[in-house]
Amino acid sequence: MKTKEQIALQEQESESIKISGAEAVIRCLLAEGVDLIYGYPGGAIMPVYDELYKFQDQLNHVLTRHEQGATHAAQGYARTSGKVGVAIATSGPGATNLVTGIADAQIDSTPMVCITGQVGSHLLGSDAFQETDIIGISTPVTKWNYQITKASEIPEIFAKAFFIARSGRPGPVLIDITKDAQFDTFDFIYKKCKGVRSYKPFHALDTHAVTKAAELINKAKKPFIVWGQGVILGQAEEQFKSFVEKSGIPAAWTILGLSALPTAHPLNVGMVGMHGNYGPNLLTNECDLLIAVGMRFDDRVTGNLETYAKQAKIIHFEIDPAEINKNVKVDLPVLGNCKESLDALIPLIEKKSHNKWMGRFDELMKVEVDQVINKDLYPKKDGLTMGEVIVSINKHTRGDAVLVTDVGQHQMVACRYTEFIHTRSNVTSGGLGTMGFALPAALGAKMGAPEREVVAVIGDGGYQMTIQELGTIFQTQAAVKIVVLNNEFLGMVRQWQQLFFDKRYASTEMVNPNFIAIAKGYYLDAKKVDKRENLDSAVADMIASEKPYFLEVCVEKEDNVFPMIPSGASVSDIRLK
Amino acid sequence: MVKTYTISIYSENNVGLLNRISAIFLKRHINIESLTTSQSEINDVFRFIIIVKLEEEGVKKLINQIEKQVDVIRAFYHTDEETIFQESALYKVKSSALFEERHIQNIIKDSHANIVTVSPEYFVIEKTGFRNETDRLYHDLEPFGLLQFVRSGRISVTKSKMEISEILKKFKSDN
Repeated sequence: MKTKEQIALQEQESESIKISGAEAVIRCLLAEGVDLIYGYPGGAIMPVYDELYKFQDQLNHVLTRHEQGATHAAQGYARTSGKVGVAIATSGPGATNLVTGIADAQIDSTPMVCITGQVGSHLLGSDAFQETDIIGISTPVTKWNYQITKASEIPEIFAKAFFIARSGRPGPVLIDITKDAQFDTFDFIYKKCKGVRSYKPFHALDTHAVTKAAELINKAKKPFIVWGQGVILGQAEEQFKSFVEKSGIPAAWTILGLSALPTAHPLNVGMVGMHGNYGPNLLTNECDLLIAVGMRFDDRVTGNLETYAKQAKIIHFEIDPAEINKNVKVDLPVLGNCKESLDALIPLIEKKSHNKWMGRFDELMKVEVDQVINKDLYPKKDGLTMGEVIVSINKHTRGDAVLVTDVGQHQMVACRYTEFIHTRSNVTSGGLGTMGFALPAALGAKMGAPEREVVAVIGDGGYQMTIQELGTIFQTQAAVKIVVLNNEFLGMVRQWQQLFFDKRYASTEMVNPNFIAIAKGYYLDAKKVDKRENLDSAVADMIASEKPYFLEVCVEKEDNVFPMIPSGASVSDIRLK
Repeated sequence: MVKTYTISIYSENNVGLLNRISAIFLKRHINIESLTTSQSEINDVFRFIIIVKLEEEGVKKLINQIEKQVDVIRAFYHTDEETIFQESALYKVKSSALFEERHIQNIIKDSHANIVTVSPEYFVIEKTGFRNETDRLYHDLEPFGLLQFVRSGRISVTKSKMEISEILKKFKSDN
């Protein structure tokens, strides 16, 4: 093992030293401030693992139980810490197992660098053992990728990879390194990447567009803000809050924007989209000005585009030029980093309140509370609801926790009802809808924010897709609180079968194992709740624990999530039942 | 309205970029009519010429997605009226036809085609021009037996100025 002094000496930029490509990989990671990576070893990446062994006092490697788990853990880490997540795997199946997480990170703009081993360069194209064209496979789902065949390429490519992953609209980058490039030695010098001539991370502040935006905002009678993850990725939470408060405009979130503005903020009117709140969806088609901030008009947000906010003028604050007019034609694009744009906008807007307009949101919220929310949160029937579990979690975490969710009914319920005080507190798979995301992502989320409580709420379906990561949680002792809401169904699919396929429940019923025995098999504290009177104390015990903890809650089998905009319908056609 | 558009891409010359560009078309189920790549007027910058038949809105979205790629410097789209474009075609014919069918010599002369090579067995004619011109020569030569025929993708330059050097200069001075 090398001493810190030796390494410091060798890290001086000006002084080059002869080292192997594998050691260069580790030094590049350290130079980029990486102290934690997730991965799984194998033949073609062994030289790098050998160096990981030597550098283990500086670079912590977490062995996940599947490469997919490594990517989701890296994503969870990136989402709570704001840093670049790193996942590493071997060639062939190791590399292909990363693909789901890479695709998830691409569509949800998560900064991630994936490193894969590759067969020796002389074997490329020979169908060698564990050879796969991971560059070809990952091209459509990466922001950038590159195959290194010479050790001397490593410093420049790693510097570029981290720069690309974290700058502009963040995303995943994959670096594939042939085994000979890991063994070869070369003179190592590391220079951070400051720019790539063919790549513009974001547009400079457009003062003209900002001025026009302010005019539209000042004139509007019924303005409405929809914000997305761009506010969080752009670290613009303060600016966004000031903008909302000064303009007095009601603001709703997309699922990835959640937690950028506290839940209890008086102008936070809830979620838009398929299972969003009643008011924000209906009033999208009543507002006279729609101000989109760092969101991309996903089809789950807009419903039918032909009937989406046609009456409104639309302003789009956006970092990615390709998102402008992609789905929704906008009247005024404001390209650039939303932190800079909002900073410039705030002095130009008048301080206002829109009480009468805000009253419309309140009215519709009352309708939703009466017809949906009360039944979800304070049920009178025997069976437990997912909503009341969230109420109990809120009570014991006091809005302080990071919520990690998987995909499906539990995700919608948890995101709708969890209370948040802090930003970067919601980790979920939004765009790709990756079942199996939550358990490994929760591990990463906890490591990215070790001082915070992390509660993973997962369905019984998704839980079993990456259940092996219980092993990683046990080994690392990351104090993740795992709540499985077990309805013995793939609940969201079952809901669609009930509503749109005449209750033909094709392959959605699950005969589940003894989840408690499995958790205990991994030596985790575990408890099962199937009666209302035991719920609150069980949640309290779980939150009080300082160790990883598993809680299974048996919920009503055939509950549905409402409100709901049926697929392809208009936001105006939102259903309460 | 569906029209023929010429997409011009200025990019780095990196392995895999062609795959990345074609994946953008594949994901959107858009057929590429033709594709040509070559060095551009700038030493280390590559140029793609891609022909598509699309509505203008679709082309704009494609351009945005192409420009989003890290290794792409800039991408543009133009109509036929805004570009000067040509295709090249090669025709391989039996040499006996050249001597036995005097008419062939007139066809070659009238079409302003060039004879690239002549051997005892075959000769090769080259014709550069618009599609209808290379097509006409194809139909004129077909009765004499074409041993081989091949036509290149469209190459084109724009009537308007391309400011790639300026973009690259600006990057250099900014960094």
